[in-house]
Amino acid sequence: MNHDTHHTTGSKPGFLTSYLFSQDHKMIGIQFLFSGLIFFGIGGLLALLVRLQLGWPDGNLPYIGKWFPQSWGGKMSPEFYTMLFTMHASIMIFFVIIPWLTGTFGNFLIPLMIGARDMAFPKLNMFSYWVMWPAFIIILASFFVDGGAASSGWTSYPTLANVGAEAGLEKLPFKPGDAPTSYTVFKDDAFNSPAAPGAGMGQIFWLVSLIFVGIGSMMGSVNYITTILNMRAPGMDLMRMPLTVWSLFITAILQALALPVLTVALMLQLLDKLIATNFFLPPGGLSFGNWHTTPGGGQPLLWQHLFWFYSHPAVYIMILPAMGVVSDIIATFARKPMFGYKPMVFSMAAIASLGFIVWGHHMFQSGMDPRLGTGFMLATILIAVPSAIKTFNWLATLWGSSILYTTAMLNALAFVSMFVIGGLSGIFMAATPVDVYFHDTYFIVAHIHYVLFMSSIFGIFAGVTFWFPKMFGRLMNEPLGKVHFALTFIFGNLTFFPMHILGIGGHPRRYYDPTIYQYLENLQPLNQFMTISALLLGLTQLLFVTNIFYSLWFGAKASKNPWNCNTLEWDAPSPPPHGNFDQIPQVQRGPYEYAIDGPMDHLTQSSPAVDGGKIHE
Amino acid sequence: MSAIKETEQDHGQHHHHKDLAHHFDTLEQQHDANTLGMWAFLLTEVLFFGGLFAAYTIYRYKYSAVFEEASNHLDIKLGAINTVILILSSLTMALAVRCSQTGSSLWTGRWLLITIGFGLMFLGVKYFEWKHDYHIHLMPGKDWSGKDWWHWQYAKQAKEMEAHSKGAEHSYPDRNTVPPDNDPKFGVKGIQESQQARLFFLLYFCMTSLHALHMLVGFVLIGIIAYFAYQGAYSPEYYSPVENIGLYWHFVDIVWIFLFPLLYLLGAHMGH
Repeated sequence: MNHDTHHTTGSKPGFLTSYLFSQDHKMIGIQFLFSGLIFFGIGGLLALLVRLQLGWPDGNLPYIGKWFPQSWGGKMSPEFYTMLFTMHASIMIFFVIIPWLTGTFGNFLIPLMIGARDMAFPKLNMFSYWVMWPAFIIILASFFVDGGAASSGWTSYPTLANVGAEAGLEKLPFKPGDAPTSYTVFKDDAFNSPAAPGAGMGQIFWLVSLIFVGIGSMMGSVNYITTILNMRAPGMDLMRMPLTVWSLFITAILQALALPVLTVALMLQLLDKLIATNFFLPPGGLSFGNWHTTPGGGQPLLWQHLFWFYSHPAVYIMILPAMGVVSDIIATFARKPMFGYKPMVFSMAAIASLGFIVWGHHMFQSGMDPRLGTGFMLATILIAVPSAIKTFNWLATLWGSSILYTTAMLNALAFVSMFVIGGLSGIFMAATPVDVYFHDTYFIVAHIHYVLFMSSIFGIFAGVTFWFPKMFGRLMNEPLGKVHFALTFIFGNLTFFPMHILGIGGHPRRYYDPTIYQYLENLQPLNQFMTISALLLGLTQLLFVTNIFYSLWFGAKASKNPWNCNTLEWDAPSPPPHGNFDQIPQVQRGPYEYAIDGPMDHLTQSSPAVDGGKIHE
Repeated sequence: MSAIKETEQDHGQHHHHKDLAHHFDTLEQQHDANTLGMWAFLLTEVLFFGGLFAAYTIYRYKYSAVFEEASNHLDIKLGAINTVILILSSLTMALAVRCSQTGSSLWTGRWLLITIGFGLMFLGVKYFEWKHDYHIHLMPGKDWSGKDWWHWQYAKQAKEMEAHSKGAEHSYPDRNTVPPDNDPKFGVKGIQESQQARLFFLLYFCMTSLHALHMLVGFVLIGIIAYFAYQGAYSPEYYSPVENIGLYWHFVDIVWIFLFPLLYLLGAHMGH
């Protein structure tokens, strides 16, 4: 047996190859977990600074005011504030939620749950993590460049994000529209943008960083699709796969189809900024004070289309894996078969495919033929149907069950209930006439945080708690986990629910100082209340970090299958060795055979057939 | 239980095969995984180029007249020659894949090298074409200004003159000449149309250079695989690297098949 020369996981790896340049899918998943944790902290701190500014826009803060540079006059500068919310969203989306969901759960769980020894392409898998590092470094470095980090919002719309000194700007002696009399040479100074300080070098860093993220995710999605289609253990039919695997599979397809479009859009914007192309600069030219851009032929709307063609599916990339994770956890702790397994699969597929034809609902306010808008509106509202199927199936699974209220289950239940709130406010936004009123108010901020924080992050908390024993061989601390859950649930709702009220009151998002408007003055106490809740919410997350690091070394030792769960990963030792399984399991049945004979009785997917064959399909 | 035993045997048996990676059970599974992985990758590539094609479509629709005129400045002959070269390279690549399947290592390597040869010919033609484009001011660099539209009108005339007096020396207008203010071809409309034409050339250079970049990556990969082919690494049992590089090369070829009409043939009916 000439093993060592031909495979990657069988030989005894050294420190570097097992912890840093690992090709083992489990280690890569764990790497994504910890780098995500670091960025969760950074993104969270940025959010808290945003909240501080909104709570006390006059900057009358004890202690904190002293930290700001003298030139800002003891409070945040507006440019700094725009950078904060831009980078908060960018980091949370591209460096926390997507890497946690697809990177951590995708890498760690897919081979284990389908009974494979590793991903189909282990080297590619390693690269998919290591191209994240240039992205990490560049996005962090962007805070320190001239003008600060990107500050045009995470959507990076032209013309604000696009206009740089290099981007075709010249001091024309005529205003756009007038007849020209003479011509001047283009300015060549650095990468300053007259539009906003962060739209210069910071924006360039932002673009390059996200291109790296895009390449990494592309590698990951190719790997997930191939692994799931080709590496399943004998007997693991597609319709016997755990819903987590289904959700990750559908997510991988979404990523493979949507992400390249964002990557190419990022490249075009980068060209606009670096070599003064005019892909996204408007035909008539732009003026900023004495500065005028050359009249160009580009269309800012093209960016919005390309961007949302990715970023709407990205919203589902950020929720589908959490749905899958939560489904598995709910079935396990309700000790009941998943109600409507096939509808769950088909509804995820429906959400994903509808997700590709609704991107225009982000652009109702950008100028759109009402007939086209109606189409986008109807398609968007249609997504409520598969989402409702999922919600009702979760409820039906819980119905009449004897629930075990573990930390993972509590977080999963929080996902379901908070997803209902986030989903319902989504229907508001989908209706064009309503959206015209709500557009760019705090209502959309409330919606996105109910979906991404209160749903996806609760799903992640649930998943990390649930699979922690499989990752590290130790259980997370339950009492600490429950306290963390309860406080997150309370402070999360106290922070994000009032945002609905602000939005209906007409409070715009992304405003540096809302108190300049008289009609928003009566909302200011609410803003302060939310800021205090947000600070407590941020502090609460320290419990989660503490729990992870405490349990890594001092957690109770976990058995092979601490939750009495059915899926294949619990057949492997905790933590699984290289190659995962001593013997590739033979799959006999679907993943949700719980409560055969009393609630704790269950049939794992691989246990030998009883009654001479399959029990239920 | 018998099924389990069979898998065990399969597993044990095939582990002896030198080309089977540890985490696969059979060579067939490994081959399927590699092929599927390549198709999934090509899917992302289609969408990657798709973003550029979308940009092209929108601007072509909005500025069709200017795009057609701009397209006339490209050399259809060189584009057509390159198309033929690339199709030939696809043929030789297909022959390489065929040879690897029948176990002819030597010819696998040879056909792969010939494919690289055709690819280099393509890039050679492209090099001279780009050089010519640069010479006649089609490079949409950051010093592209409204003047270029004006230059074009003269360049067009020069081109027509060239057609009448074959071989005669002619010169394009100096870029630094300030066009007369009262020139009706100029003015704000001139600047705007010039910028629209610039968009065409931006797309032309972006798309052709992204395509060329894919070819360069292809050369490296084909070279590595050709080396292994000469070493006798591939057999009728194990040829998926050759097949996959073939898929990749055909994809690169197909992109060009789309680029050629979209970029070169737009203004062909305008009689040049």
